[in-house]
Amino acid sequence: MTTTLIVVLSLGYLGMLFAIAYWADRRADQNRSVISNATIYALSLAVYCTAWTFYGSVGRAAATGVGFLPIYLGPTLIAALWGTLLLKMVRVSKSQRITSIADFIASRYGKSHLLGGIVTIIAVLGIVPYIALQLKAISRSFTILLTYPEVTMPGATDSLPLLQDTTLYVALLLALFTILFGTRHLDASERHEGMVAAIAFESIVKLVAFLAVGLFVTFQLHDGFADLFDKAEAAGILNPLIVDGMDGYENWFSLTLLSALAVMMLPRQFQVAVVENSSEHHLRRAIWLFPLYLFLINIFVIPIALAGQLTFVGDEVDADTFVLTLPMAYHQSTLTLLAFLGGLSAATGMVIVETIALSTMVCNDLVMPGLLRRWKQIPPNADLSQLLLRIRRGAILLILLLGFLYFRLAGEAYALVSIGLISFSAVAQFAPAMIIGLYWRGGTRDGALAGLLTGFSIWIYTLLLPSFAKSGWLPVGLLEDGPFGIELLKPQALFGLTGLNEITHCLFWSMTLNIGAYILFSFWRTPRVNEATQATLFVDALKHQRFLGAGLWRGTAEIDELLHLAERFLGAKRAQAVFQAYATRRKIQNIKQLPADAETVHFAETLLAGAIGSASARVMVSSVTAEESLGMDEVLNILDEASQIRAYSHELEKKSQELEAATRELKEANERLQELDRVKDDFMSSVTHELRTPLASIRAFSEILNDDPEIELNERRRFLGIIVSETKRLSRLVNQVLDLAKIESGRADWNAEDVDLLEVVDQALASTEQLFAERGTQVIRETPSSACMVTGDRDRLMQVLVNLLSNANKFVSEKSGIVCVGLHSYHDRYEVSVADNGTGIAVEELPNIFEKFRQAGSTGNKPIGTGLGLPISKKIIEHLGGRLWAESGSENGAIFTFAIPKKQNDALPPGETHAEKDSDRG
Amino acid sequence: MNRSIRTRQRLVGVSLLGLLFYFSPILTLFDKTTEWAGYPISYLYIFGIWLALILLAAWMVEGKKP
Repeated sequence: MTTTLIVVLSLGYLGMLFAIAYWADRRADQNRSVISNATIYALSLAVYCTAWTFYGSVGRAAATGVGFLPIYLGPTLIAALWGTLLLKMVRVSKSQRITSIADFIASRYGKSHLLGGIVTIIAVLGIVPYIALQLKAISRSFTILLTYPEVTMPGATDSLPLLQDTTLYVALLLALFTILFGTRHLDASERHEGMVAAIAFESIVKLVAFLAVGLFVTFQLHDGFADLFDKAEAAGILNPLIVDGMDGYENWFSLTLLSALAVMMLPRQFQVAVVENSSEHHLRRAIWLFPLYLFLINIFVIPIALAGQLTFVGDEVDADTFVLTLPMAYHQSTLTLLAFLGGLSAATGMVIVETIALSTMVCNDLVMPGLLRRWKQIPPNADLSQLLLRIRRGAILLILLLGFLYFRLAGEAYALVSIGLISFSAVAQFAPAMIIGLYWRGGTRDGALAGLLTGFSIWIYTLLLPSFAKSGWLPVGLLEDGPFGIELLKPQALFGLTGLNEITHCLFWSMTLNIGAYILFSFWRTPRVNEATQATLFVDALKHQRFLGAGLWRGTAEIDELLHLAERFLGAKRAQAVFQAYATRRKIQNIKQLPADAETVHFAETLLAGAIGSASARVMVSSVTAEESLGMDEVLNILDEASQIRAYSHELEKKSQELEAATRELKEANERLQELDRVKDDFMSSVTHELRTPLASIRAFSEILNDDPEIELNERRRFLGIIVSETKRLSRLVNQVLDLAKIESGRADWNAEDVDLLEVVDQALASTEQLFAERGTQVIRETPSSACMVTGDRDRLMQVLVNLLSNANKFVSEKSGIVCVGLHSYHDRYEVSVADNGTGIAVEELPNIFEKFRQAGSTGNKPIGTGLGLPISKKIIEHLGGRLWAESGSENGAIFTFAIPKKQNDALPPGETHAEKDSDRG
Repeated sequence: MNRSIRTRQRLVGVSLLGLLFYFSPILTLFDKTTEWAGYPISYLYIFGIWLALILLAAWMVEGKKP
């Protein structure tokens, strides 16, 4: 294949990536983000799979069988913990506008510039071999492809003159591309939507390419997996034993642990998983989709490795290149190019994200602190956003050139996997400061510094120096005899520890001493104010619903100064827009009218943090504000209060709601009781009043009879007649009071029998016939002919009807009175009404007519009844599940009606029919 | 909230299961050259457990919508 074809293809592919990124950025500007999607998020995490996965896994599998798997099992196992671990990191980072892993660690330990700088240096030095690996993969695959279809391994490139080394041009091209990609403009935000979209696309490309090669090898060249395994076994290259491949349990475990840590600590993983995360909800899918991606891209690793070994028996073909050379050997030009593109996408994805992440760190945590110090003497220019961009671009170029340098120095001596593991071991040094710091408040800046420096030193000594020594850049005697011949200090057998591979050896010593130093130095002294503040914010991240940083600032500031500061770093237009949005959120029209309070200062600081990192933002903001320092106790109080309040507020709210409900009930009960008390008093006074009237007349007439024996017989008879009738009245009154009391207290005896209302009407009319006759009242009866059956107490119903009839009789005028009794059937009830043409009831009296001792027209001189008849009737009807009401007649007089539910065949209890009645009343 | 805490705890369980299957002597039980339907049983074990863990986690996370 010609150089031109491959170069054009590669550039075309990169151009497409650029187009995707451009499109996604445009969409983000229009607020229609394409990456705000859980699947895209999980795919972007697959930037974990680099050229090392694409080419190197097969190489490792060819050598060891399952030895490549820990690199993917580790992430699978730790992904299950992301629900807490990563969620916490994401939440903290969102609230503090964390821009990188260096920023994260620096923030956790009191926004320390020193710590951020050290993390940056470790990350850059640790990642350089990894970038070298990608460069090596691209340039090698390119060189191999040139001889298509002849498979020849390129010679060692370090013998070539510098300018003929393809890798140099690959590095420069990638630098240019990354610069165009990641640093086109300095955003107010630390996020790069376009980049994430492109990375997700690359993840699809590399997976498809790898699966295509795998399917071709397994099902085209061979007859499926089983056939391939058979042939491999026959050739004696199948090594199905896990134990043989895993190189001992300790190494198997340590590689898994190492990759589990790396998948969270690698700057590019932190970038896509935390910084670029657009919603916490996306984590859920990543927990299984990311491991599934790893699973899929690994299914064909062993088949490809076996097939490669079967195909290239005796040839000097590096197993690291099987993915590319197998399609070549079988003259599959399209598949070969697809494989090449897959490798290219794996490598470019890693390089782009990693260098963007590292350049952000270099800019924010290494260069900015130096500049800030200089600016204290010489004030900087107005617009610094261009300067920041230039720093980042320079950093990208520098990092890629460092990668190239490492490649020239040491790259040829190692397989791809080994180079990658060296980088993993370096970034694993962040784990104690990061993870322990997320759960233990006591970790201090000194502890983190000590841990990081110790761990990193061990890494340099046990991994980096040996890699140089093996390449001949340092005397090999260093490895074989130890420095100055001290055996105990041999870099790959430190303190005499042997039997582990170099990665496990390094991991054991560096982690042990790292964690040891971290804890020891953390205990050394108590945390300072700002460390304790940040520690609490990080450790309690999942407890705080809202970041409370604003509450921790006190001082004076000028809004103009803050705006001016933001303009210098973000550009005038962008800063104005963001401040305007903030002002609108606070319901303030003009930016100038914004109060320069703690909230605004906090807003400005996080805004800047997104651009220049939290530590530098803190320094810049405090340079334009006068902050009063809070005492340790004060800060802790605020934080304690805040967290306790949040913890308990929910509970309190619930309690107070319960209390309110209880109070309301009590109040209602109290009102009811007072009302009852009042009613009882009224009742008592009414009863005594009613009793006194007949008593008084009985007494008066008795006294007359007693005092004056001379009274005429006629007179005497009349008096005795009055006494008798008053006594009857009295006993009737007492009976009724007792009756009412019985009904009200529920002690009355009730018969539940089938009653025909027609009979009741007949009997009631019969027993009141005499009364009507006395007053000459005409009675009209309107009743149906068939029986009207209800369930109830016959005597009680009689009592009600007699009461209504005699009432009606009392209120009609003598001789001209008409009383009309009606019985009507409705679908669920009967209504019995008693209408008269008497004095009627005033509308305002209607609601009170059923109260005890209330008599219509009782304002007149003589009470006609006891005043208890209607209340008793009402109680009876209600007890029977019916309703009794009164209304004024159409012309004059009154109508009393009671409704009684029909007898049910399935015998519904009266209460329920009553409820039904209520509903059709409206 | 309760549900998500429960899901998180179950996921920790998945992680522990993984540790058990890959780093305990259980592994050696399946680390044999025996073949099953033409596949080395050790490979089946490693990839099978891996897929099972992933599906288990997926079921826990996606199975019950909040």
